[in-house]
Amino acid sequence: MNKNVVVIGAGVAGMEAAGRLAIAGFAVSLIEKQESQGGHLNNWHQLFPDRRDGKEVSEYLRKLTQNDRIKLHTGTSIEKINHVKNIYAVTTSSGEVLNADAVVVATGFDLFKSSRKEEYGYGIYDNVITSADLEGMFQSGKIIMHDGRAPEKIGIVHCVGSRDEKVGNLYCSKLCCVTAVKQAIELREYLPASKVFCFYMDMRMGGSMYEELYREAQEKYGISFIRGKVSEASEAINNKIKIKVEDTLVGRPLKMELDLLVLMAGMEMSEGGKRIAAVAGLKTGENRFFAVADQHYGSNNSNLKGIFLAGTCVAPMNITETISHARAAVSEVIDYLNSTEKQRNG
Amino acid sequence: MKIDGKRAIWSEYQKDIEEDHYFYVRSCIRQNFFPGSEVAFLRIMRDVLKKDVYEHPCHTTCSGIGYHGDVVPVDTAMTVVARQFALMTEAGYKNYVPSCITSFGLYTEILETWHHFPEVEERVRKHLRNATGREFNIPGNLAHASDIIYKFRKEIAAKAKYTLVNKETGEPLKVVDHIGCHYSKMFPSKGVGGAEYPYVLAGMIEEWGGEVIDYPERRHCCGFGFRQYLVQANRGYSVACSREKFESMKPFKPDMILTNCPGCPMFLDRWQYVINEMEGTTYGQNGEGIPVFTYEELAGLVLGFDPWDLGLQMHQINVEPLLDKIGIEYSPEKKFSLNTDPAVSKVKHFAKAVY
Repeated sequence: MNKNVVVIGAGVAGMEAAGRLAIAGFAVSLIEKQESQGGHLNNWHQLFPDRRDGKEVSEYLRKLTQNDRIKLHTGTSIEKINHVKNIYAVTTSSGEVLNADAVVVATGFDLFKSSRKEEYGYGIYDNVITSADLEGMFQSGKIIMHDGRAPEKIGIVHCVGSRDEKVGNLYCSKLCCVTAVKQAIELREYLPASKVFCFYMDMRMGGSMYEELYREAQEKYGISFIRGKVSEASEAINNKIKIKVEDTLVGRPLKMELDLLVLMAGMEMSEGGKRIAAVAGLKTGENRFFAVADQHYGSNNSNLKGIFLAGTCVAPMNITETISHARAAVSEVIDYLNSTEKQRNG
Repeated sequence: MKIDGKRAIWSEYQKDIEEDHYFYVRSCIRQNFFPGSEVAFLRIMRDVLKKDVYEHPCHTTCSGIGYHGDVVPVDTAMTVVARQFALMTEAGYKNYVPSCITSFGLYTEILETWHHFPEVEERVRKHLRNATGREFNIPGNLAHASDIIYKFRKEIAAKAKYTLVNKETGEPLKVVDHIGCHYSKMFPSKGVGGAEYPYVLAGMIEEWGGEVIDYPERRHCCGFGFRQYLVQANRGYSVACSREKFESMKPFKPDMILTNCPGCPMFLDRWQYVINEMEGTTYGQNGEGIPVFTYEELAGLVLGFDPWDLGLQMHQINVEPLLDKIGIEYSPEKKFSLNTDPAVSKVKHFAKAVY
């Protein structure tokens, strides 16, 4: 079948979808606004729950997309998407118009901007960082404070920008708990003398081998898990971060002085996704991610025929789920193109 | 500390503050606590900045102190506030400026309530009509008096006689800013700079040459907290709250504390004396306390007003060491003498009663 598919976004979902579509015999235009493909995965050091190097999955995706049927357009964004009969005319920022029989939107997520939780002082206090910043430190092999010294007492705040009515995100980002557990373990491995405290609302260990990792964090690595939300952070004269938190299991307020505070930034609909929604007329849901046609059996279908959704542009999901969702999107695209072909042939 | 991070937040929390023609309402308690402050505000506004500020003699308490003390029901508070708005309307003004932070918080809360629940506003209008026969307009602009001084901080700086600089060292004075809880903690968007890093006082300090101190218990209550003090049995908690703040700010060696609430300067000032009596502890340098000021007093000082006209002799913590540090001229002999300055007596006018 000589069909063209445009895949928007070359993160995990987009690369998986593009690769599988190419294997199925379609000509694919893979559009990425960044200068390189790979998305957030490029910035992640180790993956949960098995602690494998993120580069291994990146390498798998890179090989998958090394296909003559895929044309990669990096540094390119989408300006317009027009629908005429069964063809989508996708105009890129370079002025090129790509005619597609189907479009896969895989615009992924943005990390919650932690500076919006003003009370934690991200962007203000020197030793308040995000989970993404910490991954960068892991990649560089240097876990250091602003003054270059290694931290000894580290706090990790869960649910930053997730399950938070104040910032308008009622949903759970799903991955922050297990990311916190994984990062806490890594911290203890890098800095064996350090003490690590996780401040959580609920431990949501809903994935395969997550609970086991959580148990290991406590039993093997001695990481303390304190059930309570940090109410505020501030900076002492010695540059240490002072936090206030309620230990809800003990039922008492708690103050603690930390060398480093790590904020587990949640996931939000990406700015790129919002733009695509606007230019294509795609519906978004209450949580601002793309609205799917059916939560149970139509999670790859949008409100527009011929435009499909893949990965974290519809909801927070881990890499395993993202890859599965992208493959499901490919299956939907194939069914759709087969049906349009049949209609054309009468 | 990254000041650019704070500036980014400050830029998101700006509010409209009108240029002129203010309906000013005084606080129930400030005239007892710091009697020179409101007079200083009027003098700055009328004599220095040449602004039109109107005071109504029939203005009463807003009842906020009773509302937050759990003795005044919300419908009563709303009806009292409606009457204040009626006085403003009758006087031909629309820019409402309360001197008190709790009043500002109460007015904000009530206006927000009426905005979201118009039927409540209608009910309160009926209450007011039945009780007094009055009608009212919603203020076109609501700004706390510290917002007004913040707005004109550059004009004040341009006319300043002194800056917040140590005359011996040339270093900026280290100033702790303490914001009243009811200023922006309930409605962050209604305060200059928001709730977490308010800028309303920090802006004045920066503009007048000082350096703002950010210390860990910056957000903590001053110790007034209404029921913490109004209920006698809770007063130990009130002192403990203030002590928490002093202990936290002490390592930063602040030269002074600046406030914008009726209760905060009272408790931060008086409790230093109490703690000294109880524990023998002082928090300032050289065994002194940390002087505490209202924003009107500080504006008056930089403009060169006589410290005793500003009522600084009413402070528990002696202000003279700070005046000396800045190089402000004053007469020690006049500290407790009656005020005869014509500039001060000029503002002691009373509006014509409308009853």
